[in-house]
Amino acid sequence: MLKRVTNRGLEASMVGRPASIVPSDGVSSRALLTVIAIMTFVAALIVGIVGVARDAAVHWRSDMVREITIQVRPVQGRDITAEIAKAVDIARKTPGVSDARALTRDETGKLLEPWLGAGLDLGALPMPRLVVVRLSETAEPDLASLRRSLAGEVAGVSLDDHRTWSARLTTISESITLAGVALLALVLFATTLSVTFATRGAVATNRGVVEVLHLVGAHHSFIAGTFQRHFLAVGLKGGLIGGFSAALLFALGDIAPKVIAWIPGVSAASLLTGQFSLGGYGYAEIAGIVVLVTIVTALASRLTVRRTLREID
Amino acid sequence: MLRFENVGLRYGTGPEVLRDVSFEIAPNSFQFLTGPSGAGKTSLLRLLFLALRPTRGLITLFDRDTACLEADDIAAMRRRIGLVFQDFRLLDHLTTYENVALPLRVQGREEAGYRRDVVELLHWVGLGDRLHALPPILSGGEKQRAAIARALIGRPELLLADEPTGNVDPPLARRLLKLFVELNRSGTAILMATHDVALMNQLDARRLVLAEGRLYDDGYEPMRRQRLC
Repeated sequence: MLKRVTNRGLEASMVGRPASIVPSDGVSSRALLTVIAIMTFVAALIVGIVGVARDAAVHWRSDMVREITIQVRPVQGRDITAEIAKAVDIARKTPGVSDARALTRDETGKLLEPWLGAGLDLGALPMPRLVVVRLSETAEPDLASLRRSLAGEVAGVSLDDHRTWSARLTTISESITLAGVALLALVLFATTLSVTFATRGAVATNRGVVEVLHLVGAHHSFIAGTFQRHFLAVGLKGGLIGGFSAALLFALGDIAPKVIAWIPGVSAASLLTGQFSLGGYGYAEIAGIVVLVTIVTALASRLTVRRTLREID
Repeated sequence: MLRFENVGLRYGTGPEVLRDVSFEIAPNSFQFLTGPSGAGKTSLLRLLFLALRPTRGLITLFDRDTACLEADDIAAMRRRIGLVFQDFRLLDHLTTYENVALPLRVQGREEAGYRRDVVELLHWVGLGDRLHALPPILSGGEKQRAAIARALIGRPELLLADEPTGNVDPPLARRLLKLFVELNRSGTAILMATHDVALMNQLDARRLVLAEGRLYDDGYEPMRRQRLC
C-alpha cells in the first residue's frame, strides 16, 4: 500500500524514550504537586513533633524513675550537715540504691539562681538541702523501708520519689501521642481529599487525552495505568519535597542548640530548647508518610480515570 | 462487516435523532454519508465507532452484536476501525510522529517495531518533513493529514471519517479524497461523512443520505463506481 521510503525519517531523536502521553507540565499538575508537597510537609511535621514529644517524655520519665530526692530541712538545734550525712549513709545502705550524693552549697545555690540571683550566701538562709539518690537499673529498691529509716533517724527529712510527676508525664506523653495520631489521621484524610480533588481536576484537564486514547483502542487498564504512573511520579515528587522540607526542619532543630551552645553566653539556650532530636525512627516515619501520600495519589488518579472512562462509555 | 437493523437513538428523554436506520457496509466498499447539518451524521458515526449505544435496534460489527460487547471487546473492535475527526483530536504535546504512532503505542508495541511504518506513512500523506512538529504549528491541512495517518497506521478494516475535508481548501480536499480512494483500493472499507456535494460529485460512490433522522440509500451499484475526476 505504501511507497517505500528511505531511512531519512528515522532520526536519532526518535530513538529512545517516547514522550509521556499525559502532559507533564500542565497547570493542574503543578497545582497538584504543590498540594501534595504542602500536605506531606504538614503530615510529616505532625509525625515528627509527636515523635519528639513522645521521646522527650520517655527520656524525662526514665530519668525521673531512676532518681529520687531526699530533702533535709533545717531543724532548730540540729546540725544540718550531720543530718545530711546520716541521710546519705542510710540511702547508700538501702538495697537497690546505686549511689547517693548530697548537693553542695554551691550546687544548691546554682539551682536557686534563676529565682534568687547569683552570689547568694546560703549560710544566712534556712535553706533545705538535697540528696540525690540514683537507683539501680537492675534491682528494685525498697522505697518504703528507706522512707521509714529516714523518718526514724533524720530530723526534718522527706523523700520525693517523683511518682506523681512520673504518672503525670506518662499521661501527658500518652495524650500527646493520642492527639498526634488523631491529628495525623485528620491530616491524612484531608490529604486524601485534597489529592483526590486535585487529581480529578488534573484528569478533567486531560479528558481530551483520555478520550483520544479511548478512541484509538486503548484498554481501560492501559489508560488508567498511564495516568497512575504519571500521578505516581507527581505524588512522589511532591511527597519528597514536603517530606524533605520537614526532615530538614527537624535536622536544623537538632543542630541549632548544639551550634548555639558554642556561642559564649548563650549556652543556656540549649536548656530552654531541651532535646529536639527526631532520631532515625522519626525520619523513617516521615519517609513512610511520603510513601503513603504517593500511594494515595496514584490510587486516587486510577479511580478518577476509571470513573472518567465509565462516564465516556 | 457492519450492519444496522432498525436502529433508533435518542438522547435522554428527548426525541429520536435517528429512526429505523438500516444499512450495511461491505468489506472494501466506499460510501459517503451526507445530509444537512443536524441530520444526525455525527450521532450515526458515534454509534459506528461504539461511543454510543442505540436505544433500539441491532448493530452488528465484525459479526458481533455490539450490545454484547464488554469494555475490552470495544477496545479490540476500535483497533480494527480507523477514525478521522473534523477537529483532528491530535494531542498538542506530542509530535506528529508520536501522534500517528499512538494507536500502536497503546497496543503495547515496541517503538523499534513500528518506527519505519510510521515514518513511511507520514511520507505517504506528505508530512515527511513534519515528523517532529507539534500540532499547534501545523496548518489545518497538515493536521488533517496527520489525523488521517493516525487512523490508518493500525491498518484498519473500516475507516470512519467525519467531515475530513471540512477545514481544508478545495484543492486539498481533492487530495485528501484521492488519499481515501487509494486507501480503499488497498482494501479498507470507507465511510466518509461530508456535506460537500462538489466533493462527492468527484467520485462515483454510494451515498447514504440522512434527513430528519432517517437514512436513505441512493441505490448505488458497486460496478458503477471508480470514476474519480
